[in-house]
Amino acid sequence: MRALPLLSSIHRLVAYLGRLAVELPRQVGLFMLFLGEIFRQLLRRPFRLGSIIKHAEAMGNHSLAIICLTALSTGGVFALQMAGLFKVFSAENMVGGATGLALTTELAPLIGGFVLAGRVGSAMCAEIATMVVREQIDAMEAMGVSPIHYLVVPRLIAAAVVMPLLIGIFMVVGMLGAYSVSIFLFEVDQGIFLEKLVALVGHNEVIKGLRKMFVFALIITVVSCRYGLQAEKGAKGVGVATTNAVIAALLGILFADFVISYMQLRWSL
Amino acid sequence: MIFFRGVSKTFGRHAVLDDLDLHIERGKITFIIGKSGEGKSVTLKHIIGLMRPDAGTVIVDGVDLGSLGEGELLALRKNFGVLFQQAALFDHLNVFENVLFPLEEQGAGLSRALREQRAEEVLALINMLSVRDKYPGELSTGEKKRVGLARALSSKPAVLLYDEPTTGMDPLVSEMIDKLIVEVNAHDPQMTSVVISHDLKAAMATAERIIMLYKGRGILSGSPQEFRNSSDPVVRQFFAGRVEGPMEFF
Repeated sequence: MRALPLLSSIHRLVAYLGRLAVELPRQVGLFMLFLGEIFRQLLRRPFRLGSIIKHAEAMGNHSLAIICLTALSTGGVFALQMAGLFKVFSAENMVGGATGLALTTELAPLIGGFVLAGRVGSAMCAEIATMVVREQIDAMEAMGVSPIHYLVVPRLIAAAVVMPLLIGIFMVVGMLGAYSVSIFLFEVDQGIFLEKLVALVGHNEVIKGLRKMFVFALIITVVSCRYGLQAEKGAKGVGVATTNAVIAALLGILFADFVISYMQLRWSL
Repeated sequence: MIFFRGVSKTFGRHAVLDDLDLHIERGKITFIIGKSGEGKSVTLKHIIGLMRPDAGTVIVDGVDLGSLGEGELLALRKNFGVLFQQAALFDHLNVFENVLFPLEEQGAGLSRALREQRAEEVLALINMLSVRDKYPGELSTGEKKRVGLARALSSKPAVLLYDEPTTGMDPLVSEMIDKLIVEVNAHDPQMTSVVISHDLKAAMATAERIIMLYKGRGILSGSPQEFRNSSDPVVRQFFAGRVEGPMEFF
């Protein structure tokens, strides 16, 4: 009698692993096909400039406030922590350089990417999933219009342009936060703060951060649109798709961040 | 014009279409009827290639849809207009833009002015010009259906598909939509209309041909008169609207 629950658990585990072994390669294959279709549709006319501008405006305007707030807080808190640490070694003057380097190469794209995945990615996914539920995607296809060309491509181009710009703003506002904390709380000399910042953070570091965000923008958009288009019918389908899209985008960002950071370090890219 | 030959489609373990053969004639109003869950909407999605059969072939104007790639299918769909069950209007576009959408996207070789003129014509045809600047959220269900019909008509399709056009409508709106189906076909006698429905009254009043689906197969194909006189016990039970009889419900 006691063996029965154990057997049942083993049976469930084997069934789960079996499903995973079939489903995982299938999903990867479908995702690759989706990427291929996006690439094909990117090159097709018409180029929907109006739609791209509309999405860019929505992404930029609606995310600017939250990006600035997050940046101010991130820069300020990071400077606070760094100043506390550097004070032990009487090296508070390094706060500007250290914070600037961390913000441009890592914190701005990573934390900004997380914020944009939650703010823009979820909205994108929910909007497309709702269209699926209301048969609008079927209607589009029935009229001979590719939903990838009409919905995904303009969002992708808009995100690839706007998200790195937002991260550029994140870097500047984050540095303002760090500057305020360093100057007003730790009485670091303004000249030295700026001197160390300029010494450690050049245009290469800024480009590294923006390049990361460019990749994250593609991940956020592709993943969000994919989950949106895959949504199951019903109100629950929209919620499930949106949650899964945000989780998948966050995991994708973390993975890509590691790979890009490694490549930048290994090959000085 | 439209042929299904041995079409089967299974979802999980449930065979929705099972070796289905059917023929839809050009220029006629054909109703595909059957109780809920018999694969009527799945049949419609096969006609426009939104679904592909597990087995069998769907042939439209001599073209086997299974032999077409996604790009060719998108091109072929430009010959179809579809009125979806919930109208499926785009929320981000107003009524006029919704009707203009297929004309803009399909690049029908018309100038902007002619496209707008065509959109106004179809809106006038269904008496909806007065709501041209409203958004779908501001329309009643009946109005949405009519705008959906205008959108389906705007690109002058060869085949017009209606997915349950009167489901959830009050009797007056239902009758109005049935009349519109007849008027639209009278307006263009070459147009083929396929109506997916379980509304028997509408089918008997509007259809020129009726195809009844049961257990994934076509068990009857004929005129409303033939449908009325059928001796098939399942057809008779459906026609009489009785629960008792040979028809299986689950």
